[in-house]
Amino acid sequence: MSGDPPVVSGEAALHQIQLNGEPRQVAAATILALVEELSLDPRKVAVERNLEIVPKSLHAATPVAEGDRIELVQFVGGG
Amino acid sequence: MTDIAPASETWTVAGRTFSSRLIVGTGKYADYAQNAAAAEAAGAEIVTVAVRRVNLSDPSQPMLVDYVKPDRFTFLPNTAGCFTGEDAVRTLRLAREAGGWSLVKLEVLSNTAHLYPDMVETLRALDLLIKDGFDVMVYCTDDVVMAKRLEDAGAAAIMPAAAPIGSGLGIQNEVNVRLIVEQARVPVLVDAGVGTASDATRAMELGCDAVLMNTAIAGAKDPIRMARAMKHAVLAGRDAYLAGRMPKRLYASPSSPLAGLI
Repeated sequence: MSGDPPVVSGEAALHQIQLNGEPRQVAAATILALVEELSLDPRKVAVERNLEIVPKSLHAATPVAEGDRIELVQFVGGG
Repeated sequence: MTDIAPASETWTVAGRTFSSRLIVGTGKYADYAQNAAAAEAAGAEIVTVAVRRVNLSDPSQPMLVDYVKPDRFTFLPNTAGCFTGEDAVRTLRLAREAGGWSLVKLEVLSNTAHLYPDMVETLRALDLLIKDGFDVMVYCTDDVVMAKRLEDAGAAAIMPAAAPIGSGLGIQNEVNVRLIVEQARVPVLVDAGVGTASDATRAMELGCDAVLMNTAIAGAKDPIRMARAMKHAVLAGRDAYLAGRMPKRLYASPSSPLAGLI
């Protein structure tokens, strides 16, 4: 990877993370912002960051850092 | 027309009490709307659900919880896709975070065509989950000795397969299911293999506390109608079990009197 990406005026720097198994560049600085950036309803998903559950109550306080491995899951049909 | 069942005829698992003895899955439906309609027609109070990654490329995709609502049903998160105890713990922790669900279904399947569970890993996973504070209903084989081990290890319910998942072959192991029912002090549910209404009735006649099914309803030509059939089938089987059936006889025993013939 090259050095820090350029900061576009008025926006936060992008971080490179692993999101649901895929590399992705995101602007969000917190888990809450990430869920919003992805247009997801925080009440309907669960978040794991670097193999640790991030409770909903801590979404706003938990940072998204360069290199984080994040899993966003939901309930789907199953037997 | 209402189904007449005494208000006291409930069952309890891990301290939670339910009226319906039919648990339905949420897989293999045409869409979530049909799924919700089937769960309603079945009179189910509990539905099993899986935990999977959100589809990030299409956030407008319909979500299960918008149709099969968690304020209407008790979700029973499963460990489908988990082959180790560690995977099961990780998955169910996410389910607990997503909706507060701590009553869960443990299934550690083998990677085979028959999908029977790996009981060695299941036993190990059960210990890990109980230590993490879950109440665990365990999908298992019909091994009567293993069922006792699972119960002694703290399983909240024992759920033997009647036949392979999705096979619809019906109760292939009546003797073992009956033996498991006789020895268990926690609820016993047939989970997997039910194909049609009479299978569900048979499971209840053997003394099961409830029945869990998915494909039997979702795979029927008319899932809503089959869901309704299953609701009645479970009620019929439970009443028949409690009524105490007549003994079987080798020969006839006439129903009309012999006296007074003209």
